[in-house]
Order: sequence, then structure tokens, then C-alpha cells
Amino acid sequence: MLNNLTQPHEYPGKLFVVEGIDGSGKTTQLALLAKWLSAEGHRVFVTEWNSSALVKAATKTGKKKNALTPMTFSLLHATDFADRLLYKIIPPLKAGMVVLADRYAYTAFARDATRGVDRQWVRELYSFAVRPDLSLYFRVPIDVSVDRLLARRMKLKFYEAGMDLGWSTSPVESFKLFQGKVLEEYDHLVQEFGLQVIEAAGSITDQQRLVRMLVSQQVQMTRSVEMSDDESI
Amino acid sequence: MTNPSDASASEQPGANGQSLAGRYYGRSIPYLPIDGYPGKLFVVEGTDGVGRSTQIQLLREWLEVKGYGVVETGWTRSPLMQPTIEIAKSSNTLNKLTFVLLYATDFADRLEKEIIPALKAGFVVLSDRYIFTALARAGVRGVDRQWLRNLYGFAIAPHIVFYLNIDVKTLSRRVLESRGMDFWESGMDLKTGDDIYDSFRAYQRSLLREYSSMADEFHFRVVDARRSIDRIQDELRRQVAAYLEPAEKPTEPALAR
Repeated sequence: MLNNLTQPHEYPGKLFVVEGIDGSGKTTQLALLAKWLSAEGHRVFVTEWNSSALVKAATKTGKKKNALTPMTFSLLHATDFADRLLYKIIPPLKAGMVVLADRYAYTAFARDATRGVDRQWVRELYSFAVRPDLSLYFRVPIDVSVDRLLARRMKLKFYEAGMDLGWSTSPVESFKLFQGKVLEEYDHLVQEFGLQVIEAAGSITDQQRLVRMLVSQQVQMTRSVEMSDDESI
Repeated sequence: MTNPSDASASEQPGANGQSLAGRYYGRSIPYLPIDGYPGKLFVVEGTDGVGRSTQIQLLREWLEVKGYGVVETGWTRSPLMQPTIEIAKSSNTLNKLTFVLLYATDFADRLEKEIIPALKAGFVVLSDRYIFTALARAGVRGVDRQWLRNLYGFAIAPHIVFYLNIDVKTLSRRVLESRGMDFWESGMDLKTGDDIYDSFRAYQRSLLREYSSMADEFHFRVVDARRSIDRIQDELRRQVAAYLEPAEKPTEPALAR
């Protein structure tokens, strides 16, 4: 087994990831963090879970036909991750940039285990991943996340609600059951991989203050905007 | 053809001396317990152009004439993944890790949707290639061997793995006589040189090395693929017949006499 996920990486750049269930507010926090880091003169690259062009087609076909099993769901996401790791994450890290990942391998550990895939198998599957310099886990009570999602787009997505598992025919009920289990898995991951917990029920500004404090311990904040201007001449 | 009842089968032993056939190699799919399924899984492995599909066709005909239900499966034939794999191959953007994972996804899809249901229903499953193809190709490309074995731990150990063994010289001629050498079978993605003939030979030589290094680990029945189609088929039938329960063997129909 490879041990990349448990050993610190040796790239000059920094990798920060945000984790949490849907409606935890992690994407909002990541966007604010990106703004701030850029303003501080850092070169920032953002990458999202399940976004590579290569597997998008297959995921779409699978989702539309409701044809994905827990195993193929897991493997497709790992394929997407491998593709992004090698083309989108490692190159900027080598170039000394800051990479911000919206979800990371921990999402797979939490979701796939909830779907009934062997926990150890998923960990071994992702053992080629680069260990993040900081992993922020936005922990939110299930009712808060449901309220946020319903207020925003009214309709819960099929796989996010765990409808494929057939636990309930009501999307809201299914979401609560499924994401409730996902939350339990995340609780184990906090210990196992040293995720930094941020209580996500609090105000956006308070959370962001904490995020910036934690990140500033990892990156040099003295880099001035003028310096990067010099470079661009 | 040899009388099938003459042959006797020896169960494929696992690492602990017990037969693994019909069970998961490693970490299972927890939501799919498969113990005690009546079907049988026979695999024909071997490199490109060695004659696997011809042998499978003949096996299938023979089995169906004898009254066995047969399901065939191949490599990269799942409806879910085939379009994606074709796109990826033609656009040449695959790195070795995504390559491996795409094939594993395809395999998982076929395992859950074709192979396991067929075994459950008592079919004979004939697989043209199996995980060993993936292990050999990825092994040649330098992917971590232990990681690969963990990845494919959810595969079901076949009742028999026939390995059609051949030398590079015979293989090269056979491939050139039939359909010619193609980009992937020549390992051109490894960029060892522009000459397809040299590349084919070097790549197939490393593949054959990978296969033979797996022969003991996975209990391959090594078959000399340089012999005639009929001789090879005789041997395959003899070994397959020994694996089919005598009680399951259909008797000759009485009306025929």
C-alpha cells in the first residue's frame, strides 16, 4: 500500500481542502478564502470534486439511468480524482502555488462507506493521494443543512440525498437518513486523519476569521502584492 | 474430442490451502455476499492476438450443445464505461492511473451486473480476459503492484484461469498475418520509439513477463498457444468438463437413439 495520504508532501506549494456535507457552507468559505489569498498576492488554484471532463460523461449517463452501484460510484469518483490530482493539483503544487480543493478523498471515505463499500478498500484505493497541509471540516447539524439547501434550490439531488439506496421515497427524509450516516463517518475521519473541525452553524464571518487564522499558520503572509507585480514586468 | 468424464479436477488452492474459486480475492463487496452460488467462472487470458476469442467461441458452442447456459463477458464491454474509454483512448489524454481506474470501473460494472447475477442463476460464465490483463498492463507501466492487488480485491477468483502462452516471435507473425499491429497493443503510449514493430515486440515481451510472473500467484493453467486450435480446444474442454458437477451433466437425449 502507498502511504502518500499519511506522509507530508514535499512540493513547494500548499494544499488546503474543505470538507463537509451538502449545505455545510464549505464552498462559501472556500471562495472567501480564495479571495483573501489572492489579495495577499498568492497564486491560487481552485479544484472541485467530480469535475474532470473525462469522467463527466460516464457519471452523467450513470446518474441519468440510475445505473451506478456503490462500487462503480466509488471508482468513478476515484478516476475523476486521479485525473485532477495529476493534471490540476500536483502541477500547481510543484509551481509553489496554493491549491484549494472543494472536497477531497475524505468525501469518498465518508460517502462510500455509508453506501456499503468496504472502508479499508476505499482508503487503499485513495492511497496515491497527496496529503493536504490543512483539512477543514465544516460540521453542521443535519437540520441546518437541509434548511439551507431547501431555501436555495428547493430540490435535493438524487445521489446527494442517497436515493439510490432506497431508504426512503421522500427526498428530504432520504437526505436526512443518508447524510446523517455520512456525518457519523466524518466524525471518525476527524480523528483518523486529523481534520480541523469548524462548527458551521455559526456566522459566516466568524467562521472565515477562524479559517484565515488557521491558513495563515501555513503560508507566508508577508508576500506583498508589489512583488508579484515586479514578476509580471 | 476426449471424453470429458476421464478427467479429474483439482480445486484451485488459495494462499491458506483452501479453494478461493467463487469467492472474493481480497476485500469483498460487503453488500454482495456471493458464497455458494451454483455457476462457474472460466477465464481465458493471454496477450493480444493469441487466439482467446476463437477458443471461447468453440467452448461456448460445445457447452451449449451439452445443455449448459453460457454467459460471455469481455474486457471494456460495459455499457456504462465503453464510450468513456473509447473517448479517452482516442484523445490520448489518459495518464496511467486514470487508465487503471477506468478499467476497474468497467470491471466492477460487469461484475455486479453480468457476472454475479449469472453465477447466482447457475450459468457458466466465460470471460475473455480478466483482471490479469489489467494487472499486466499496469505492471508494465510501473503502477504499484500492491496497490493494484488491493484495488482488484473485489474480483471473484475464477474456477479456472487458462493462460494462453506464446513467444513474441510467433505472436508477431500471427498478428501481422491477421490484422496488423495497433497503437495500444504495441505500447506506443510508452513512447519507447517510433518503430511500431520494435515497439510491439518490446511491449509484448514485457507483458508476457508480467503474465508469467502471475502464473503461480493466481494458479494459471498454462496452455501452449502455438499448437493448433483443435488441440488447444481439446485441452480446455477436458479441464472445463472436470469442473462441471457430474450431476449437472446432461445425459444424451433418449430420443436420439
